[in-house]
Amino acid sequence: MNISRRHLLILLPAAAVAWKYVEAGTPEASPNYRMSDHWWGMLIDIPKCIGCGNCVRACQTENDVPDGFFRTWVERYHVDDIDMTNPEVISPDGGKEGFPVAKEDEGKYFFVPKLCNHCVDSPCTQVCPVGATFISPDGVVLVDRKYCLGCAYCVQACPYGCRYLHPEKRVADKCTLCYHRITKGLTTACCEACPTGARQLADLKNPNDPIHEFLRTHSVQILKPQMATGAKVYYNDLDGSVR
Amino acid sequence: MDYHSRPSRYAVLRRQRFMKDAGHLFRFAGLFVIAFLVFLLVRGYVVPKTFGQYGHYRAAAIGEIAARPVKFAGHQACEACHSDIADTKSKGKHARVNCEACHGALAAHADDPTSVKPVKPDTAVLCARCHTATAAKPKAFPQVDPADHSGGAPCQTCHNPHSPGFDTGSAAAPAAGGAK
Repeated sequence: MNISRRHLLILLPAAAVAWKYVEAGTPEASPNYRMSDHWWGMLIDIPKCIGCGNCVRACQTENDVPDGFFRTWVERYHVDDIDMTNPEVISPDGGKEGFPVAKEDEGKYFFVPKLCNHCVDSPCTQVCPVGATFISPDGVVLVDRKYCLGCAYCVQACPYGCRYLHPEKRVADKCTLCYHRITKGLTTACCEACPTGARQLADLKNPNDPIHEFLRTHSVQILKPQMATGAKVYYNDLDGSVR
Repeated sequence: MDYHSRPSRYAVLRRQRFMKDAGHLFRFAGLFVIAFLVFLLVRGYVVPKTFGQYGHYRAAAIGEIAARPVKFAGHQACEACHSDIADTKSKGKHARVNCEACHGALAAHADDPTSVKPVKPDTAVLCARCHTATAAKPKAFPQVDPADHSGGAPCQTCHNPHSPGFDTGSAAAPAAGGAK
């Protein structure tokens, strides 16, 4: 092939620009965001949660979640001091408007915010017959609305009950970990709205993320570890009665 | 004429019969080849271009999801203009409570500050959401019985919501907040 020095000088920068987009993964996504540099998860600090419902409202606003459906919700546990295996769990309207006042009582109370665990070995993505749900290269479980048939296999497969069928779009819907925000350098809507810092977005591939120090120094758990889902939502100080 | 110089009548018959049978096979083989080509053609048309780029899914879906609109601007966007309030807030107990935790989603205001004006929240409702006393909340979290505490008066009568504590000299730790 005959390429003059002049042509080479023109071609090289063009190739460099093109390569940047190839590396970024999806050319239509923001070019500064590289999927291979991230591995997303979340930290829930149970002792900090006050059950205000800010996260639930923020999520519904940010993601147009229809009323009565939840991508995130808050549960209040009331654990007896005699029988800890049968806690009383309430979540009125997902905790969206807070919780009824609890009187001083025997046992203990605490709040557990829940959302998609963005599992590495997710049961929901495994059962999808058409490849409409998947874990992205940066560790977020997403639903392709154009490809989803609405068969709801994934809704049944999720052991955490984090999925629902969208009543109007007729497709499976779930937490995207605010993928449209985190790829722009913002935090999720629920973390942005949390007044106490009970929820923290975590980039497990970023060595400077405070999550690493936190995981080293705290007693952290995931939900239903026995299901081997590889959940990436970490709960600090999680009570054994939480299912 | 030598009897062995030409194939027997039986051999000729057999050969003709074979060709006749093979004809069926060739026709079927042809059909299969055409069906396969049609399959490839339809498949190429039906399967999206980016399907399989990263796995058994349409890679373009990632970009589509990332392109959804943002509703919460993020506290950095607020602080860029409202530096006076950010200053007040940074010295008080609400230092790390993000703006939109109380004011709601305001990306529309951040994008167009002149035509989209946020509504001031009603403190009697807003503050109570977090600070109403209940046994379920962590003990260290500041809680009051609103009716007892203020008799229904709006909280900002006494408190500045951006720096709600009173300067009593007690060095209470600021709320942890969502800001890193």
